[in-house]
Formats: sequence, C-alpha cells, structure tokens
Amino acid sequence: MNAVEIKHLTFSYDGGKEVLSDLQFSVGRAESVGLIGANGAGKSTLLKILVGLLTGYKGLVEVGGLSVEKKHLRQVRAKTGYVFQDSESQLFLSTVYEDVAFGPRNYGYRAEEVERRVIGALRQVHIESLQDRLIYRMSGGEKKLASIATILSLTPKIVLLDEPSVALDPRNRKNLIQVIREIESTKIIASHDLDMIWDTCERTIFLSEGRIVKDGRTEEILTDEKLLAGNGLELPLSLSRRGGVLRH
Amino acid sequence: MDSLQKAIAALHEADAEAARRSTGDRMHPAARLVVCGGFLAATMSFGKYDLSGVLGMSLYLIVTAVWEDISLRKGFWRLKYLLLPLLLLCAANLLYDRYVVFCIGSLPVTGGMLSAAVLLAKGTFTMYAAYFLILSMGIDRLCMTFRRMGAPEGMVTVLLLTYRYLIVLLKETQRMVQAYALRSAGKKGVHMSAWGSFAGMLLLRSMDRAGDVYDSMLLRGYNGAFPCEEGQKRAGKGRNILYAAVWLGVFLILRSVPVFHLVGGLLCGQI
Repeated sequence: MNAVEIKHLTFSYDGGKEVLSDLQFSVGRAESVGLIGANGAGKSTLLKILVGLLTGYKGLVEVGGLSVEKKHLRQVRAKTGYVFQDSESQLFLSTVYEDVAFGPRNYGYRAEEVERRVIGALRQVHIESLQDRLIYRMSGGEKKLASIATILSLTPKIVLLDEPSVALDPRNRKNLIQVIREIESTKIIASHDLDMIWDTCERTIFLSEGRIVKDGRTEEILTDEKLLAGNGLELPLSLSRRGGVLRH
Repeated sequence: MDSLQKAIAALHEADAEAARRSTGDRMHPAARLVVCGGFLAATMSFGKYDLSGVLGMSLYLIVTAVWEDISLRKGFWRLKYLLLPLLLLCAANLLYDRYVVFCIGSLPVTGGMLSAAVLLAKGTFTMYAAYFLILSMGIDRLCMTFRRMGAPEGMVTVLLLTYRYLIVLLKETQRMVQAYALRSAGKKGVHMSAWGSFAGMLLLRSMDRAGDVYDSMLLRGYNGAFPCEEGQKRAGKGRNILYAAVWLGVFLILRSVPVFHLVGGLLCGQI
C-alpha cells in the first residue's frame, strides 16, 4: 500500500478557476518527494488537501490507505504531520515543551508517554536544550525546528513540509536540511528552494498551473534548464555555479 | 520596546509563568475554581457603601500572593490596561451621589466617594482573583476544569480561542502599525483617514492568522474536547476539600462579621 495515492484530483476555490487539474501520482512508503513549482502552481493547496484542511475536491485522495474525507480526518491527521510555512501559525503556546506536548495530550497519552515523546521529538531536531524556552524569544531557525518537533512528537507516518527553508539564514538552512534528511517517515516537501530539494529528495514532482509537468528523479528534473525556465523556475544556484546543466 | 510589544511580551510571560506554576501545582483545579467562585460571590455581595467589609476580602489575595509567591506589583502592571477603564467608571460615581455621609475633620465624605471606592475595590479584587487563577492554572487547564465541571463545550472553546485570538490580534496590530509608521514620515499614530481601511485590514489579517492557528490545533488532534489526562499527581482529595472548606469558611466569616470594625474597636479600646 502506498503512503499517498492521488487519482484525477481536481480542485478549485469556491468553484472558480481550477487550482489543481487532474493530478495523478502516488508516493511510496519512506519516499522523500519534492514538490516544486512557481508561485500559484498549487503546491500548498495540494498539501492542505492531503491533511483535509481543504475539502470539496474531485477525484481520489488517499493517505495511508484512508480516503481524505470528513469521516476519516482524525485517523488521517494522526498519520500525517503538516508543518506550516509560517512558524508563528504552528506555535501558539508559551514554551517549546508545552507546544510540542499539545498533540500527544490531545491524543490522550499519559503524562510519562507525553514527556517521552516531547523529549524524543526535541532530540530529533537537536533542540532538547530549548524545551523551557519562551517561543516568542526564539529565532526564526529555532522556531522552524520547534515547529517540526510539534509534529514529530506524534510520530507521523507521513510528514508534509510547506516551504520549510523560507526566511532561514544559511547555517539554519543547513541545519534544517540535516534534520529533514534524518526524518525516516515519508516526506513531501513543497518548496522553491531547489537546492534544498536536491539535498533532501530523491524524487520531484514539478507542478505548473495546477498540472504535473514532470514527475521523476530529482537529479533529472533539477538539471533540466529548459523545463525549469519554461515553467517559471531557474536552475538550483549550486548547479548554475558549477555549470552542470543538461542542455537541450 | 513599544507598548504593543510590551503587551505581547506581558501576555507571553504570564502564559509561561502559568505553565511553570501549573507544573508544580499540587492543588486540584476544581478546588481552586470553587474558592475563586466563592471569593467573587462574597466580594460582590457587599453593599455599595460597605468599604470596610470589601477591604476585608483582601485577606484572601494577600495570603494567596504570599503563599504562592505571586507579585502583586507585577500583577498591577499586567492589569493596568483593565484597571484604567474601571477607574473612569468609578469616577462617574462621584458626580451622581453627592450626599454627605460623614466628615473626617472638616472634609466631607460623600456617598459617591464611598461607592466609588467600593466599586474600585470590588473591581480590582475581582481582576486579581481571576489573574491569580489563570497564573496558577494556565488558560488550558482553566478551560479543562470548566469542561469537567459541566460548562458547555461551546462556551469553553470560545474562551480559549478568544485568548489565543487576542495574542494574534496584538501581533498583527503591531506589524501593521510598524509598517504604517515606517512610511508615515515620522508622524505619530495612525491618521484618522486611514482608520477605516486599517481596521478592516486588521480584522481580515488577524482572522486569517487565527484560522491558521486553529488549523494547526486541529491537525494536532484538537477537536474541541479538552484532554482529561491531568498529567501530574495532585494532592489527595482530603487536602483539596480542606483547602476549599477553609477558604469558604473565611469568606463566610468576612461576609457576616464586621472584622475591620471589631479590630478597630479593639485597637481603640472600645471593646
């Protein structure tokens, strides 16, 4: 059974222009997939559909073998962790510990288990020393790692990250890439940061105006200058500097 | 640091303090809630001129502040924005009730002065009691306790989300005010001509952000029901009952016996 199964997915906001058109793909277990595309390509919309934040789509969307619809939402969300683009939306409690413990407490784990999960998640993102830190006093990089810990404490089978490296300095970005690589679950990462996709995903799905223009090996897609340029993106910086380009 | 930033910091710090205290708190939240409810009921039941009676109720606040190491001064700074409208409300009493009740030397004390003082004391004590409650339990445990005591789920959820929305609203206001100030050529405040669009944008942006926060809660298992797992060992039932019974007894005595009169009489040798 695939971690994610999508067939003929079409979606539009309030019956307007189609944001996603007839998408079809599947993601295997423990696979790491990059979702790239220019602004408005439908990346965030697709992630939100996968966790049931957006409903009213046409087609089939299955996560962990369950169709994403109202009656399965709790089970789907228990299997799926979604990291928001803006950490401020993800973190709403006062301290890191309290925020990371919010999920496990909601799922009814006992106090000892909650603590075990919180410490485990913080260790996984290398910020266990920040557990008592007030969130509003943390840096952007620390907040991003804490955001990831909030979902890791629920040990999700599938992790969805929406623009995780946005507004991070090079060191924090590097740190984040390392953390993402260490996550063993299935990962779907929506990002414009093609260098990060290169470093974290073996497969990439390229969206343009709500359609899949290419689905294949990251190396193959991110070195195709013509394909990228034709759909509003540019070669990853590291590649363009090296000149390692696949030219047509 | 501007005043909005201070307000946001104060809210976060109060929240963090609540989280710290809540972890070490051995009292059952329901016992605290009953005592607080008893305090509010007793305080509100005093007559509008019964200043000495109301002041007697400060005993609970002083003992709690000392016992639990809560700074009354810090509390005052955190509550000052709520105390200000209360002060204005009390001042109105001075105008309406000018009947002279007694004189201190040649200084006449009117009914308005007395009732304003009583109203101020009642309002201040009520705010402090609520502040102590939130500080010792945190908003989440407070809401959870309300639920366990049978308060309607909708009401409790609204209380919790309003608290969360307040922080989001303040943060959005701060962002917008800063963006405005940077392009207003050094002019102070937001010009009246921009108030309408400013308020509209603020509402839309803060609702959007609040929606994201709510989504984030939903995605981590929140479904409007509060987790009943307390997560820590509390004091035994007997100790909680004793705590509530002692305080309710004290409130009853303070309400029915004019303690300040008796103490005053004793000191003046009249008894």
